[in-house]
Order: sequence, then structure tokens, then C-alpha cells
Amino acid sequence: MVCEMGGDYFEEMDIEVLPSMWPEDLRNEVGKQFNVEKPGMDQDMLEEVTITEEPSIVDFKRLLELTSYSEKSSSQLAFLVKQWEYKQANAVRLLNEELKILNKQRKEVELQKLEILEQHRFEEDKYAGDKRSISILDEVLDIWEAIPRRKNDSILHKKKLEIDAEYDTIKYWKQRAKELDRLLEASIHREHILQEKLQEIVKNLEKQSSPVEELSQILKRADNFLHFVLQNAPVVIGHQDKELRYRFIYNHFPSLQEEDIIGRTDVEIFTGAGVKESQEFKREVMERGLPAKREITFETELFGSKTFLIHVEPVFSKSGDTIGVNYMGMDVTDQVIKREKMARLREQIAVQKAKETELNKTIHITGIAMSAICTNLDQEQRQLLDVMLSSGDLVLQLINDILDLSKVESGVMKLEATKFRPREVAKHVLQTAAASLQKELILEGHVADDVPVEVIGDVLRIRQILTNLISNAIKFTHEGKVGINLRVVPEQYFGHEEGCQSAVSAKEPMEESSSAASQNSCSPESMQCQTSEEDHDQYGIPDDGAGTSVKMAASMDEYKEKHHHPHETVVWLRCDVYDTGIGIPEKALPTLFKKYMQVSAGHARKYGGTGLGLAICKQLVELMGGHLTVTSREHCGSTFTFVLPCKVSPKGDHSDDPDDELSDMADHEAVADPNTNEANIGYFQFQPRTMGSSGGSTTRTKLLSPSIVPHIPLHKLNDLSADSCSVPLNNCISRESASLEDACSTADPAEIVSEIESSLRPDVDLNAESLTGRGMQRHVDANGLVMTRYHRPSTDSNNVQGSRDSQQCMKKCVEVTDTDEKNGEDHSPSTQKHGKSDGALGTVPSSSLELPKSTLPPKILLVEDNKINVMVTQSMMKQLGHSIRVVNNGLEAVREVQCCRYDLVLMDVCMPVMDGLQATRLIRSFEENGNWDAAAEAGIDQAVLSSDSQPNYLDSRNRLPIIAMTANALAESAAECLANGMDSFVSKPVTFQKLKQCLQQYLPSKNL
Amino acid sequence: MLGLGADRLRADMNRLLALLFHQGVLDEQFLQLQQLQDETSPNFVSEVVSIYFRESEKLLRNLRALLLERESSDYKKMGIHLNQFMGSSSSIGAKRVRNVCVAFRAASEQNNRAGCLRSLELLEHEYCYLKNKLHELFHIEQQRVMASGVRYPMLD
Repeated sequence: MVCEMGGDYFEEMDIEVLPSMWPEDLRNEVGKQFNVEKPGMDQDMLEEVTITEEPSIVDFKRLLELTSYSEKSSSQLAFLVKQWEYKQANAVRLLNEELKILNKQRKEVELQKLEILEQHRFEEDKYAGDKRSISILDEVLDIWEAIPRRKNDSILHKKKLEIDAEYDTIKYWKQRAKELDRLLEASIHREHILQEKLQEIVKNLEKQSSPVEELSQILKRADNFLHFVLQNAPVVIGHQDKELRYRFIYNHFPSLQEEDIIGRTDVEIFTGAGVKESQEFKREVMERGLPAKREITFETELFGSKTFLIHVEPVFSKSGDTIGVNYMGMDVTDQVIKREKMARLREQIAVQKAKETELNKTIHITGIAMSAICTNLDQEQRQLLDVMLSSGDLVLQLINDILDLSKVESGVMKLEATKFRPREVAKHVLQTAAASLQKELILEGHVADDVPVEVIGDVLRIRQILTNLISNAIKFTHEGKVGINLRVVPEQYFGHEEGCQSAVSAKEPMEESSSAASQNSCSPESMQCQTSEEDHDQYGIPDDGAGTSVKMAASMDEYKEKHHHPHETVVWLRCDVYDTGIGIPEKALPTLFKKYMQVSAGHARKYGGTGLGLAICKQLVELMGGHLTVTSREHCGSTFTFVLPCKVSPKGDHSDDPDDELSDMADHEAVADPNTNEANIGYFQFQPRTMGSSGGSTTRTKLLSPSIVPHIPLHKLNDLSADSCSVPLNNCISRESASLEDACSTADPAEIVSEIESSLRPDVDLNAESLTGRGMQRHVDANGLVMTRYHRPSTDSNNVQGSRDSQQCMKKCVEVTDTDEKNGEDHSPSTQKHGKSDGALGTVPSSSLELPKSTLPPKILLVEDNKINVMVTQSMMKQLGHSIRVVNNGLEAVREVQCCRYDLVLMDVCMPVMDGLQATRLIRSFEENGNWDAAAEAGIDQAVLSSDSQPNYLDSRNRLPIIAMTANALAESAAECLANGMDSFVSKPVTFQKLKQCLQQYLPSKNL
Repeated sequence: MLGLGADRLRADMNRLLALLFHQGVLDEQFLQLQQLQDETSPNFVSEVVSIYFRESEKLLRNLRALLLERESSDYKKMGIHLNQFMGSSSSIGAKRVRNVCVAFRAASEQNNRAGCLRSLELLEHEYCYLKNKLHELFHIEQQRVMASGVRYPMLD
């Protein structure tokens, strides 16, 4: 019983003790966070576990310090002491209880003994002492009656004293004495036993382990458990002192030795991004005295790029000062990557949604527009309608592209296996392209003899890829040819190519391909030769990431598994789509297949597109188990090559089962070349038909203008290539729109638009042509940006630009654009500048096109710093039919006048930075001296002033009217204004009447 | 709300305008402003005036801050601010504000601190008066526009 009691107590104590082993702040109301089983029950389990104690590194001195100084440890110590005392007290209590029990027993025994003695004395008294005389007469008194009863009562320990001797005989008493002696002996014996037991218990107590030992055992167990748990936890636990030097660290993935860590700070241990941040964070926690969590991304040499979630908790001394931090870090890199991926996806979805809504809007507008078509429209309305329709087209195309891409990416897209004739697909794609071709390009196809007549594959997708690549090639080629090369390559080709690709690092293939290409001259013919002869060298275009190549391999396996039959042979078809176009700069190659990527903003502006076409092509090719690569040389051309595995269709059944594709093609075949044996034709060529009246856009053209579409004469090839660059009107807007557009797309809405416009407004074109000596084509892109396209007819006598351009095809394309832009500025400066003024976009250029040059709207510059005045003046000018350009001080005014021609300047006098008087003096000084030296002296930077590169619109013959705007009450008098070179002045506040007078006076030739 | 008060509201507006003209708070430049308001910019006046309010409050704050720099009030800077204030006030036809500005500027040119402070007080007072009245005017106009927008189907 005693032992049991001890056991109970131990158990109770066990549970009570352990929570105190853990820092108090980790304990919460819900339950104890740290519980250990009773030792003994599970000893074996822990023994089986190997506990490696290496990872944790401890600075023991510091630990001692901590134990003696930190608040937490002192409370823990106190608890231990208290508990030990408690245990001691309990042991004492137990012993006392034991002693008490024994005492009680002894007392009982003594009491019995006394009783017995008493009894007997009483008996003696009664029977011996009570010697009353019994008279003979009293014979009747029954003494027996009383005595036996007494005798019966005196039972000791429930044992009846059995004495067979007759009562009150000597024998009786002897026996009785003996009996009692025996009882006494037994009692003494019992006492002995009890005493022995007591001794034993005391001994046991002494034998029991000392509290320190016991506690350390518990500690050890807790430690073991901690190790057991931490063994596989990807965490770092550490303690750092006040200077943030490590004093303890547990790291599951130790990469440093103890001496490298202990006593050092984060910054001293490793370097890289994030290290400083984490140290700062720890310091912050220490200063604030509150625990905190943060996610920190490290980029260190030690363990690469990893994101850690770090929990830092300050440690306080007894007096409440911070003496360090405990910190725990966990690697959450994967989670962060996932999270970011989710965010990206969400963003993409949002973008898609936005685009869909945009489409809905556009469709809605278009619907309205279509209904309005029946009514008579004037020129401007028709232009607006065109803008709407073309924007709709672009958005629709963008959405289709996105849908395609997301289908492929999400794995929803299923490939279909149908029979098709590769020759005919190639031919048909070219034919379709030729039908809508607007340039003098030769489209040609070469199909090698060994290409099977019929193969099995997803013909729709293959056609989509081809169409995409071809239209892309056409878009970027201004002269020469675009073609398809189709050929069978051995199956191991794929492997060989892979090897080649992996052998060459991501940077090298470009050099290789360019060097290969550089051996050739740039004429289209040799380019053609090169593509057919040296294609093995041209491979090495980097894949756009490991992910896709893995995906590609996987999808290929899948494809093979799905479609592989033992008796079927698989051929690898290799298709090159080559062109002699502008080529792709080397630096643009790595991003070429990425979504929404175009070679440059300039390309996007010039060529339009969504930026998804090539990404779709690549994804589709890879989905089919092939791969798509590109090789290109700037200004010479590009070749896109894809290799696809295709099963060869068994020869027998193709005649029985001609599918839609074949019959569809057969129609075309019949029209195009009915005589040739279509199955074996190896070369075909298409020349463009007449421009502007054929192709996919015909329907819309008809829809829009039932009138006869005029035939616009073709220009010479090099003229077209040199001049078809568009001139952006507004740089800001076009830059914004650049991201929308792409180097490739199946249809080019911009071209459609230009076509529509040229057909809709032939009179405008002709008119403009006759006036300026050029054909002008208006271009409208998706953002409503109005572009003007110049086509010089071949008869243009000033065609220096064009011939120079054609000679310099080796020169960078950018330069060509630049010169053209300048050219455009020369001829329609007003169009250029009005694009910049607010609100005038769209309407002004159209009027500038229609009006003769002498009636171009006058350009007025308002120099004014007061917002209210600007608003009022602008609004008044608007009502007077003028749009004006506004700058806010004299300095800006001088700059503005330097680069543009103005007909009138309205100049405030009092302005910050540079006042109107000085600005006027500077402008007049230029008019007189022909240089901006005075302006330079005044601190206007030379870059703006480089007068030989910038055309100057000021000359001494033409005095620019500058009108001062003065407030009567102010010091600036009219005389002062005139003295500084101003022509006149308008007193403020300006009114309609004053403005009108002024304009009439200074813009006499302009129509007001 | 029933569209019956449109005429009454218009009369109210005219009365208020007449009062402001009579008091010299506004001048004919304000009418110019109203002429600029057409269907292409239906809220032109209130837009301009609200920008005016915003700018003016900034200027008033700056002026007060400049004046309260006890040691050396920057009178030149004050002059620039006052020019601005004067320019915009005259542009919207706030005659009295503009006149106070002129006086203020004269005081600032003479480095007359007391005069400046007096002018500032006056300027703030005038500005507040103008602002309240114009707000009232726009409020009536808003109601009028709403009322005149109400159309009833014609019964034949």
C-alpha cells in the first residue's frame, strides 16, 4: 500500500512538473503543449530511435549565463526547487503517516494489554477481594450466574481464552497466565515486524534516487523527444545574444561548423540578399520587445535562393531588459512559389476577363455601328467606324489567341489523329496566304520526294502552326520570298538535335547560327541555299526553359503511347518556314516564344499583332511531340523550323476514305492547277494577285462599301519595302500600345484596316497624293492610335529616300524607321504636333489630310502658369475653333519653339523659372542671329538645341508673333512688353472679344 | 422634383447673380466663363471654379504661413503668390477678391507687415464670402438642371 501511494504520487507529479520545463509563454489555457509519457512504458521506443545530436551547437557558457540571468530560466529553477521541496515534504509526510499508523497499532496493543490486566485484576478483586460472607442461608444465591458472564466478555482479539481447567483452580490460573504470556509475545512480535517494515521503508526512501538525478532524467527524456521530433523537421532554431551573435543553433541541414557559427552574427556568417534584412528584423524585434514573424527571401551562395519564414522572439533578463532573441526559421520556398503562381494565374484570369469585357464592349459598339451603316455617313463618321471595326478585330484575335494558349497550357486541348497530305497542307497554306497577300513577295514550297503522300496527325493544328508562321514571315518581309521546306528526317535526328542543344549553352547557339548565316551573302537566293544546306548547323536555339522541355518530353511519350501501333511507322517531318525579311535581333531570340513578347516596341507599333502567335505555335508543336526552333539573321531573314513525328498512313485505305480535309483541298487544287499530279508535286510557287481586292478582308470591304473598290496601282517593290513604315503620331500612346502587340498573328488587322481605308476613301488618297506627291494611307491600330502611312509612287521624283533605303538593307531597321519618321515630320509637321495637343487626336489629322496645306489649322502656343487662366483660355480658343498647345513657363516655351513651327504664341509675363519677357528675348535673338547662343547662355541645355539634327521652324524672314498677356494692375507695362520684342499684348482677364481680335490680327491668312 | 420649379430656380439664380454683381463680388468676366459652358463641357464653370477654390486655398495657406514667419517675411514670394491669386481671380471674374489682392500686393511691396496682415484678413473674408455665394449658386443651378431635365409625356 505504501509503495502504491508512492507510485500515485509520482505519476501526479510527473504531469505537474513537465510544463514548467517549457517556457511559460508557450503554455496556453487550452492544454499543455509538452507532455511526456511515463518513463518505463516507452523506454524501448525511444531507444530504437537514433538520435543524432550533432546539428545543435551550443555555447555552454552562454547557456549557463542564460540559466543564471534570464528571467525565464530563473523561474524554471525556482520551480524545480519548489518541486523538489514539495517532494521531500511529501516523503516526510508519508513517513510520519507510517509512524502514526504504527503508533496507533502499538497503542491499541498496549490498550488491550491493559484491559486484559484490568480484567484480571477485576476478576481477582471480584472473586478474591470480594470476600463477603456467604451465609448458609443464602444458598440460593447463584454466583455462577455472574462469573461466567464476565468471563465471556473478556475476549482478547476475538480469541476465546480457552481454559479447560476448572475455574479458580490453581491449574486454571496457571493456564490463564500462560495464555496471556503468549498473547503478549505475539503482540511484541507484531511490533517487531512493524518496526522492521518501518526501517525498510525508511531505507527504501533513502535508496530512492535523488531529485536532481530524477529531474535530469526527465530533462534528458524531454531532450530526446525534442531531438526525435526535430530530427526530420526542416527548421532552424537558434538563440542569439544582444549583439545578435549566435549562442545556440539547431540546424537540420548543417552546412557550417560550430566555430563558423557560434559567436558570429548573420552578416558575418554569410552574405547575399536577405541576410541584412533578417538581421535588421531581429534587431527590430529586440528593440520593440515583441515577437514577430516575417518572410525573408535569401539569395546566398551558401544555400542558393530560398524563402524562410522567420519567427523571432525577444528574451528578457530578470530585470526586464532584452538580452537576446530566440529565433526559428522554416524554409517555405515551395509554398511561396506556389502562392506566387496562384497570384499569377489569378492575374492572368483577370486580364482575360478584362479582355472579354473589352470584346463585349467592342462588339456592342460594332453592332451599333453596323446598324448605322445603312444611313449616310460622312467621311469622319466612316473613319470612326473603321476604327471600331478594326479594334474589334484585334481584340477578337487577341481573345482567340489567349483561348488557344490557355487550352494548350491547361492540357484541355486534345489532338486529333486524321489522315492528311502534308504536300497539300503546305500548298494550301501558301495559297491562302497568297490570296490575301498585299506585297510583291514570292511564296514557294519545296517538298522532298521522300515525304509520304499521306500521314496521320492533327492536321488542323499543323495547319494552324504553318499559317501562323507563314503570315508572320509575310508580315516581316518586304521583298524577296517566303517559303516552306518540307522534308523527312531520320528519327534519331531528334535525339541528335537534343544532344546538340544541350551541348551548346544558352548563349552560344545564337553565335553559332549567326556565324553560319554570316558565311552567306544576304541575297534571297543564297539565303534559300543556306537554309537547305546548312540546317543542321542552325539548330541550337534554346528552349525557353527546362519546364517546357520536360513537358514536351512527357507530351511526346503520351502521344507516342496513344498513337503507336506496332505495324505503323513513324516519320519525322521537318518543316522550315523561311523568309528574307527583316530578321530578328539576337537579343530578342530568347524571349521570342514567350507570351506577349515582341522583338521591340517599335516592331509592335509597326507590325501590330497580339504577341501570342509564336507562343501558341511552340506549345502546339510541343504538344504534338515535336519542337520548334528559330534561326535568324537581322536584315537577311529568319527560318522557323519545326520537327514533328507523324505516322505514315497505310497506303491502302486512303482512296476509300478521303476525309474532309482532302476534299476541301481538292477544290482548291482543281482551281489552282488542275493539270498536275497533285500527289507527287515537289515545288510550287505563288505570286501575289492584285492588291487590295482579294483575300479574307474582301467580305468586310464589300460590307462596308457597296461601291466599287478602286484599284490602287502597285508600287515598285523596293519602294514599298522602304516606305511602308508607319509614322507614329503620338509616341506616348504607341509605346503603351506596344505591349498589346506582337510579332506574329494569324491575321493582321492593321493591314485589313489599311485596305479598307484605301478602298473606302480613294478620293482622299488620290487627293493627298496629288498634293504631296505621295500616296497616304491611314492606319488605325487597336488603341485608336492614328498612324499615317506613306507610299511613294515610283514616279516620285524626290525618291532619294527610297533608293537609299533599298541600298541600305544591311543597315538597321531602326534607322530606316527614324529617317522615315523625320521625313513624315517634314511633310506634315502639323499632324505631328496636333497629335500631342489635348483632345485634338483623331479629328485634326483627318482635316489636315483633306485640307490643302495652306489651310492647315494654325498652331498656337499658350505659355501660362496659372491653371485657371489656362483652362479659360483653352476653352475660349476651343470655342473659336482652335486647339492650342500649353506650356507652363518661358523655358518650356523656348524649347517648344525650338522644335516646332508655331503661328502664334500667347505669352504670360509673370511666370516661374523663366518669365515671358526673357523667353521672348531669347526667341527674338534666334530670329536675328540664327543661333540659340543666347538661349544656351540662359542655361537651356544643348541636347535640345543641337540645331543641325533638329529642324528649326524659325527663320529670320518669318517673325513669330508673340503676344503678351498682362494684368493691367501689374507692373509689367505694355511698353515693357513691346520693348522686349513682343508684338502686342492682351490685358487679363482675356475675353472672347480680345482673343478674337488678336487672332484676326496675327493670323490673317488662316481661316478662323 | 416634379420639374415645376425650373423657372423659379432660374429666377433665383439670376437674382443671386445680380446681387453679386451689384455688390461687386463678381464682374462680367464671370459671364464670359458662363458663355464657355456648352453641351461639350456642361460643367465648365463649376469645374473651373472648383479648381480655383483648390488653388486659392493653397495660396491663402502659403500666404498666411509666409506672414507668420515673424523674423523675415518673404515679401517677394508673397508677391508671386499674389500675382497668381490675382490672375486666377480676374480670370473667373472675382472682382472683390482681386481688388483685395492688389491692395495686399501693394502692402507687400512696401514690406508693410501690418498692411499685409490686414489685407490677408480681408482677403480671407472676401474669399469665404465668394466661395459661399458661388456654392449657393451652383447648388441652385444643379437643382435647376435636374428640374429642367424632367419631361412629361405629351398627351394628344
